[in-house]
Amino acid sequence: MLKRQELVELQRFATQIRLETLKEIKNLGFGHIGGALSIVETLAVLYGKVMKINPLNPDWEERDWLVVSKGHAGPAVYAALALKGFFPLEDLMTLNQPRTKLPSHCDRNLTAGIDMTTGSLGQGISTAIGIALGHRLDRRESFVYLIVGDGEINEGQIWEGALFAPNHQLDNLILLVDNNKKQLDGYTKDINDLGVISEKFRSFGWDVDEVDGSNLGEIYQSIHRARKNKGKPSAIILDTIKGQGVKFVEETLANHHIKFSETEDELTQQAIEKLTNKLEKLQGVK
Amino acid sequence: MRQMYCQTLIELAQANEQVVMLDADLMNSMSTIPFLERFPERTFNCGIQEANMIGIAAGLSATGKIPFAHTFGPFATRRVYDQIFVSGAYARLNIKIIGSDPGITAAFNGGTHMPFEDMGIMRNIPGMTVLEPSDSTMLKDILRQVAANYGMYYLRLLRKNAQKLYDRDSKFKIGEAVKLRDGEDVTIFASGIMVAETLQAHQILESKGISAAVYDLFTLKPVDRAAITNSAKRTGAIVTVENHNIINGLGSAVAEVLAENMPVPLERVGVKDLFGEVGPVAYLKERFELSAEDIVNKVIKVIERKN
Repeated sequence: MLKRQELVELQRFATQIRLETLKEIKNLGFGHIGGALSIVETLAVLYGKVMKINPLNPDWEERDWLVVSKGHAGPAVYAALALKGFFPLEDLMTLNQPRTKLPSHCDRNLTAGIDMTTGSLGQGISTAIGIALGHRLDRRESFVYLIVGDGEINEGQIWEGALFAPNHQLDNLILLVDNNKKQLDGYTKDINDLGVISEKFRSFGWDVDEVDGSNLGEIYQSIHRARKNKGKPSAIILDTIKGQGVKFVEETLANHHIKFSETEDELTQQAIEKLTNKLEKLQGVK
Repeated sequence: MRQMYCQTLIELAQANEQVVMLDADLMNSMSTIPFLERFPERTFNCGIQEANMIGIAAGLSATGKIPFAHTFGPFATRRVYDQIFVSGAYARLNIKIIGSDPGITAAFNGGTHMPFEDMGIMRNIPGMTVLEPSDSTMLKDILRQVAANYGMYYLRLLRKNAQKLYDRDSKFKIGEAVKLRDGEDVTIFASGIMVAETLQAHQILESKGISAAVYDLFTLKPVDRAAITNSAKRTGAIVTVENHNIINGLGSAVAEVLAENMPVPLERVGVKDLFGEVGPVAYLKERFELSAEDIVNKVIKVIERKN
């Protein structure tokens, strides 16, 4: 269990990530806002509490790795990385600008702290498995975290990996499914219903847990438990909301990618102010 | 060729502990079981999961491993094109992709298994090196280079015995065509099984009093621009020979260099935009106009065009 102070710190970090993500996308005027916001709490736990990282040496051999297979969540990941000191916070304003180091989709060759290039959905599970096998061959005690979208698990390659990982007892692989219930064209249940995601992974041989993906304490507990698994990979199904934590985005049906008109710009400004106030209050909490 | 592949891979793996092998349920077909027996920890048989195999190879290479991933040519390329492109090439990783049973050598497996497009589509990926060795001595020597050089490689590999072309211990350089015969009237560029076929054609041509230079153009990309341009200057006519579609294959690669540098008459022997079909290799050679006689006819035609 997290101590109260640790939880407050994570709340602060999550609020900062959400705030910076909004600023990035507002500055650009468009972006994959829904699926970036839904993993903010997960990123806060990973980068704030769980992962072995070294911002001064992003390629540190003993680090834990993160593969964000839903590569379009880049803006939220960049916010977390900048806040941890992988690169200056100002760089966030270069999102998607010509010659930027922060493209729409995660790129291992451009961005300090990004461990794998993603963007073509479904592929991250296989690369994460490869990395996990590499750690095992080298007897390295590093974990590989893998974030996939619920829409993304439409992809057949996800199920190739889902079959492979338990057969190779990859207990250094922790899969996090961002179950925000939506994909680009609408609700996942209407497009190509995924059924009960947890049952599917369980039947493939994964250790499965289901948590509230907006609850920092629950996410932490679940990952903490997953790290102790032996002989099985872990899948954590995160119950999230697409656009999580920003009311107007949550309430927009088509929120996978939003192009900001004056209205969205204004609503985002209000959300930024609200989050800034929240952050100030959290700063005061001891 | 497959025995040489396995033996060389074992040697490479002995010398460098980063070398690992992946397959998609074709280890018996490829005769790579000895590698598995020698290095069980470093062998990953992914089952019939080509896309997953390429992604796993990419992930392994991100941790410093040097993965050699094999399956049949069409499944090693067109089936996993996006995985090779994004997880491998775009991510600037280091995967050695081996596609077996090139073109008509897929024989009785037929059209679904008969890649006439594999080298072409691989050639289109930035940074990809594309190779088709013609005999086992060459295979051994270039596999060493493939393992030693960082980057994405596609190697098109005959599983069965290749006609011996090179002396033991011959050395090759990726990107440099090998001159096999000198000649004055025309230059023929060929790769893979078509090199031996071209040497047969060379004999026929000699008996007709035609002097043909012959090159083994085993590197389709980066193609040997100097050898092509200089041959065009010297002989004034070129014939290309490939067990592949003439669209986007060796013939296209040579045509691009000629058109930009030294335009001379060119004739292409190869598959003329057709799908494969079942049959013995001898039949398929006739069916797709890949025989020594077809090469001779194109040579005669291109020499006529010179004048």
